[in-house]
Amino acid sequence: MSAGPHHRLLPDGRLHLGHGPIDLIVAVEGDARAVTAAQARAVARFDGLLAELVAELPLLRAPVRGDSCPLKGVVARRMWHCAHSFAPEFATPMAAVAGAVAEAVLAAMVPAPGLTRGYANNGGDIALWLAPGAPAWRLGVIVDPAAPRSPGKLVIGPDDPGRGVATSGARGRSHSLGIADSVTVLAADAPTADVAATLLGNAVDLPGHPAIRRLPARQLLPDSDLGETPVTQGVGTLTEAEIATALDAGQTTAEAMLRCRKILGAVLVLQGFVRIVGAIQMVPVSPTSTSRTLLHA
Amino acid sequence: MSDLTRDDISALPSLAERPRRDRPEKIRCDACPVLCFIAEGRAGACDRYANVDGVLTRVDPLVILDRAVQAGGEVVSFLEDGREWEGDLVQPPARFVTAVGAGTTYPDYKPAPFIVSSQMDGVDMVTVVTEGIFSYCGVKLKIDTDRHLGPETAIVRYQGEAVGHVTTGEYGSQMMSLGGVHHLTGGSKKEGRATCEALLHLCNRQAVELNVDGGVTIVVEAGKEPVIDGAREERMRVGCGSAAIGMFAQQWFRHVDEVVVVDDHITGVLSEHQAGKLLDVPPTGIRIKGHKSTPGRYFRVAEPGQGWGGTNITDPLAIIERFDAKVARPGLKVLMVSTTGDHSAYFVLDDELNPVPATMPAPVAESVARVQENCEPALCSVVFIGGAGGSLRAGVTENPVKLTRSVRETLTYVTSGGAEVYIWPGGGITYMVDVTRMPENSFGYVPTPALVAPIEFTMRLSDYEALGGHMASIRSLEEVTGVERRLNRDTEPGLWPVLPHHFGWNRRP
Repeated sequence: MSAGPHHRLLPDGRLHLGHGPIDLIVAVEGDARAVTAAQARAVARFDGLLAELVAELPLLRAPVRGDSCPLKGVVARRMWHCAHSFAPEFATPMAAVAGAVAEAVLAAMVPAPGLTRGYANNGGDIALWLAPGAPAWRLGVIVDPAAPRSPGKLVIGPDDPGRGVATSGARGRSHSLGIADSVTVLAADAPTADVAATLLGNAVDLPGHPAIRRLPARQLLPDSDLGETPVTQGVGTLTEAEIATALDAGQTTAEAMLRCRKILGAVLVLQGFVRIVGAIQMVPVSPTSTSRTLLHA
Repeated sequence: MSDLTRDDISALPSLAERPRRDRPEKIRCDACPVLCFIAEGRAGACDRYANVDGVLTRVDPLVILDRAVQAGGEVVSFLEDGREWEGDLVQPPARFVTAVGAGTTYPDYKPAPFIVSSQMDGVDMVTVVTEGIFSYCGVKLKIDTDRHLGPETAIVRYQGEAVGHVTTGEYGSQMMSLGGVHHLTGGSKKEGRATCEALLHLCNRQAVELNVDGGVTIVVEAGKEPVIDGAREERMRVGCGSAAIGMFAQQWFRHVDEVVVVDDHITGVLSEHQAGKLLDVPPTGIRIKGHKSTPGRYFRVAEPGQGWGGTNITDPLAIIERFDAKVARPGLKVLMVSTTGDHSAYFVLDDELNPVPATMPAPVAESVARVQENCEPALCSVVFIGGAGGSLRAGVTENPVKLTRSVRETLTYVTSGGAEVYIWPGGGITYMVDVTRMPENSFGYVPTPALVAPIEFTMRLSDYEALGGHMASIRSLEEVTGVERRLNRDTEPGLWPVLPHHFGWNRRP
């Protein structure tokens, strides 16, 4: 029996939209009436979005090949094109799904007169919007939800180019081929950040290392878009040299993406070590800070 | 159906006897449109549903309630500084492990997934936390509205399937009874699935559209206004027409000669009503159609409908037969108003004693606004009702009937998702709970079909031992960590599950 989408206004005024595997937290700021109208648009866009994607699921799970997009849905096509922009790296449109959903729901709300800022956070894949002159968004980057010692806050102001932030990693909900605890990517838009985070999460790796347990994706999720590819199930303790080697591999890939302007920056985290690539503006976490932040894991 | 006992149903189709395959079994999850194919021991794309021994099982993180000192505030441990705040010497634990997401150890239930010890005011307490699979369950709907939803005993349908019926009216609201074992497992497969889905959505506070045979189409959502035949209801009538006369007679009698409060149940007439008599309102000679009950009170002035006061009336004069020429006089001022104040009209009798519409004087209009203001909001209440079967109770103790007795003797306090429940008298543990007091999305289902609902049993450690509890499985509150969803609860005073006043031993001299 299939449950429909659900919508809930949280006590702090944010909107929680859920349907199956999608869990979105949506915030929008501005005049009360403009905010209410924007929330209604977000809900209207959200309903039916999962059905729209499910209708083309087999193609969304297939690797991106060739130059002509076989998909029809607006969000599905967006996913395909974002995955395609990273060719020849192996990616399916599903690598962009969380970011593309966040972007689509945010786009239904903003821009509109009376609104100053907004975001749609799809389980850590975040689409942001800021009106000119709006205060910056500050995103806390949490590496390990069980030990929320944050390496810092990411600051994104209206004049910064980034509007998408995504995180991937072996501890996340979707399967990773790599071993990074987390990779957080800042990009021009959310679906691009999503694909990049997935690919960088895969790149931080130590192929063949005995402390890394892997299982074919299909064994974990029979209809996984990763097929028989081994995905990471657990990572044992690594030496500092091994951690550096794995992070080097990720950093090399990240720098290549940076050079061709696919991403704006990335934060790679593995067993307590952090690498920052690109122009990521991080500020130390101040315990007295009172500004609203996005928790982001 | 009739020769099945409660425990036959609770034990459900025997999964244990299903032939085991050599290869792990994969199942198709139908909880959302993605329709994941889930391997044994794994979860679907949402991480909420998993394949546990071939059974689709909800594996949402365990919900733990945290007592928050102030609504929306930071979580402050009650143990640290709650003493001053609460102002009493009771020191209940600050955390309560609810059964939401606890899972079950179905089909044997032995022991329950979490048996948690804590301390309350120096007393060792145990909370047995489990999700129950309820084939014997349903919801009672109380729809606060004046709209006629359908005749008593009319079938209520969800997606065309019979899922319950309109039941006896108590208070001015309309009551429905949905679910129950016969709709869930006694009818066709389709009927069972539709019933389970309607109950699940209602209990998880989602909107559900129901159709009443010979009545309306209604959208019900716990804690929200009902939407009846496409129109969202706002208010419920202030009382019946007679009650309205009683409440407002003082405000009316100086400004008008006659007031008729139109209502589907009882229509009130000021000059004939006891309240009017006490204020020396003279007779006006008004003759109302319908069945006179006691003075100034009329039954069935019209048919039920979507017009004035829940009747089918659109022209209020339709219920006035005439004004008696022996008593009435030209110039007589008459107010007609519905019991919600949504409809009103003001008339003055002409020389032929015919009521002629006139501009309503300001004080009269104010009184109409007052009627409107005093109406309670239209609202849907959803109360889950379920009976805990023998196998669920076996997860708590090796001797299930002892648990029932322990609950009767108020040695054991029952909660559902941490929310207060009402326990029915009589056998078994049949409880009711207001779903809006529970954590969101507290309910799940199994394809049997049956609902999965959280249930917690809290008692003294010594009482738990006495009823044959699974003592070896007890772990401390601090040990329950890992996957969990924490909710800050600013509970109403006295409603926190682990408080001494819930227990009989605390009340005895």
